[in-house]
Amino acid sequence: MSDLVMNLAHGFSVAFSLSNLALCLIGCLVGTLIGVLPGVGPIATIAMLLPLTFKVDPTGALIMLAGIYYGAQYGGSTTAILVNIPGEATSVVTTLDGHQMARRGRAGAALGIAAIGSFIAGCFATVMIAALGAPLTKLALIFGPAEYFSLMVMGLVFATVLARGSIIKAVGMILLGLLMSCVGQDLETGVDRLTMGWTELSDGVDFAVLAMGVFGFAEVIRNLENPEARDVVKGSIGSLLPNRDEFRRSAAPIARGTLIGSILGILPGNGALLGPFASYTIEKKIAKDPSRFGHGAIEGVAGPESANNAGAQTSFIPLLTLGIPPNAVMALMVGAMTIHGIVPGPQVMTKSPDLFWGMIASMWIGNLMLLVINLPLVGMWVKLLKVPYRLMFPAIMIFCCIGIYSINNNPIEVMLTAFFGLFGYLIVKMGFEPAPLLLGYVLGKLMEENLRRAMIISRGDVAVFVERPISAVLLVIAALMICIAILPSINKKRDEVFAE
Amino acid sequence: MKIMSAAAAALVLAAGSAAAQGYPNKPITVVVPFAAGGPTDITARIVAEPMSKALGQNVLVENVAGAAGQTGSTRVAGAAPDGYTLIMGHMGTHAASVGLNPNLKYDPATSFQPIGLANASPIVVVARKDFPAKDLKEFIAYVQKNPDKVTQAHAGVGSVSSTTCILFNAQAKLGKVNAAAYRGTGPALNDLLGGQVDFMCDQLTNLAPQINAGGIKAYAVASAARSPAIPDVPTSTEAGLPGYRIESWNALFAPKGTPPEVVAKLVDALDKALNDETTKKRFAELGSLLPTAEERKPDGLLAVVKRDIDMLTPTLKASGVTIGN
Repeated sequence: MSDLVMNLAHGFSVAFSLSNLALCLIGCLVGTLIGVLPGVGPIATIAMLLPLTFKVDPTGALIMLAGIYYGAQYGGSTTAILVNIPGEATSVVTTLDGHQMARRGRAGAALGIAAIGSFIAGCFATVMIAALGAPLTKLALIFGPAEYFSLMVMGLVFATVLARGSIIKAVGMILLGLLMSCVGQDLETGVDRLTMGWTELSDGVDFAVLAMGVFGFAEVIRNLENPEARDVVKGSIGSLLPNRDEFRRSAAPIARGTLIGSILGILPGNGALLGPFASYTIEKKIAKDPSRFGHGAIEGVAGPESANNAGAQTSFIPLLTLGIPPNAVMALMVGAMTIHGIVPGPQVMTKSPDLFWGMIASMWIGNLMLLVINLPLVGMWVKLLKVPYRLMFPAIMIFCCIGIYSINNNPIEVMLTAFFGLFGYLIVKMGFEPAPLLLGYVLGKLMEENLRRAMIISRGDVAVFVERPISAVLLVIAALMICIAILPSINKKRDEVFAE
Repeated sequence: MKIMSAAAAALVLAAGSAAAQGYPNKPITVVVPFAAGGPTDITARIVAEPMSKALGQNVLVENVAGAAGQTGSTRVAGAAPDGYTLIMGHMGTHAASVGLNPNLKYDPATSFQPIGLANASPIVVVARKDFPAKDLKEFIAYVQKNPDKVTQAHAGVGSVSSTTCILFNAQAKLGKVNAAAYRGTGPALNDLLGGQVDFMCDQLTNLAPQINAGGIKAYAVASAARSPAIPDVPTSTEAGLPGYRIESWNALFAPKGTPPEVVAKLVDALDKALNDETTKKRFAELGSLLPTAEERKPDGLLAVVKRDIDMLTPTLKASGVTIGN
């Protein structure tokens, strides 16, 4: 324990140097900005800014890059709430109730609770990294392909809860999402699937392309079609920060979301993705009046936003303790460390204590900075809603296009986004929800790959999924949830839950 | 008519060399055909900085990921041969791809103007730390005897770890090995550390920290000499498999038809970048090897490309693994 205090004190002494504080602030500001801009994500930004960090020492450089990453998670919720565009897979859930709150004139409260929830989650996760980073690494290691597959099955069952309208339509969207995740090169055999001979599709559809299309572009088309929908947002804004009642209702969801997000963030292969979805599901399930969800329930913003930020922080654990990146942004951080002459791996903690503890301490400072940056900005963001839509929509479109292009520097992807925009507009017209589609898409890839991996390792023995205890528990939970949905007496209640 | 076209050709040549004389007068783009953060990207970014100094122009890295590096390679093969668009290719895009993709849209040996080799990382054969074999010979014997108990991990079809392990499995006569694909080295290494899978082959750059920390054990380095990054690990020759010699290299190429003056400037700039003290230090930390004087020249690089195409193509074709349609 005293070791931990000593180490943290050392970390703070590193992080509190003037230059590191400045770099942390720059990182947080840049992160917030790119998070707010639809389509521009942390991966492209970090890749572009990497050369600028060459002049800085490695600790400072990584403090700044980390700031960009978690800053983007804060900023991403702003766009999700205000204009219904999820910048990252993790903010899809925030669009559900966050944007509804904005439409009801509570945009300020939604943004405020997102920032406060994220701050609390960030602080908790930072302490967790510092205190339990090394032992928690073991969790990442016992999670093999079988466990991962079962976790995804559970996630998929959760996904049905995301539906706001008809459950049949939601299941249809999930299945379509799963199908779309099959497009591209087969990981095991290298053969192209469902690409129609189109080389551009051989890496599949990028998540951002799909999300910007079905949310971003489609939302713009919908708004242009009925201008009165915008007036709802423009109308009353209400008090800027959450009121006492909203705080009271958010407290428990923030705590639960933080815990769920922290644990899922450690898992390899982008486990953090599931955090917000899981948190939303739980809040909706245990709510006294689940019918409020999807219509601007603040719990549906507070929980997932906390889970999102907690996961963003704890996904540093495998990077810092094993040198293994759990997602694409962390892979880029590995590159940044290597370019700066720090070889990521288990030795970082002992060989470069300045970097290890300095970075952890800077995360806490960064979270505080983000709260200070974001709360005063809430007023400004809300004012953005008053900008006439004829000025707003071209800006949204332009930023989406720049963002999409910056992912792979590939013009075809911008065209694909336009196609998905049209597609997204059509499905909403027919009463389908895009959120379950995206979740199906995100989970599909992970699910298929881990299923096949697990089957290859077990040489085709399906029993592997029930023989491994963690996997079995996850499957049982999933089965229980299906039972609850199918049992007729509860079925009636569920219909009420899902009734529009 | 003939005179006219000769005159036109002369004019074009003159214009070409005039453009080459001012070269470079705008920033140069080095396309990395992979996502940012991987070994090829890191190499490109490390040499880009000193190359900028040598050329007096910014050298920018642009990541054009897709189709195991073939999207970016195809794009540069068709780019204007003016020296402003280059590619940092590697052993996969510029050698293994020939044996893996029957519909490859470029020929690594003829569609590009080679500039020079940037670095090479030895391939290491590693296993989970409690694997019941103490050296390479025991390992090979164990896998041959228990083919149904051993699973190999790799970073996806077309990756260095997949290609070099196909070669290893063939050289060691392991027969049909049960192999599981992962999306990149990171997740594969994660499962090797957790003991979910049994062995893999990959570049030393990716594996050295875990080998030194004892998270995994290394059986052999597939290079001529031991690596200073892991001095206790024997070479493949010492370990009893002399035929297994392969390195994952990264090299700079320009589109075919780039003017010789421009090529000369780029060769010189790459050489200066490789002699830079920071570059040397960074590569040493990564366990990467610096190319020989010969390999830093276009002819030397072409020889490396042809050597690896000849070595890999028959084995890869025999393995039946393909990319694309």
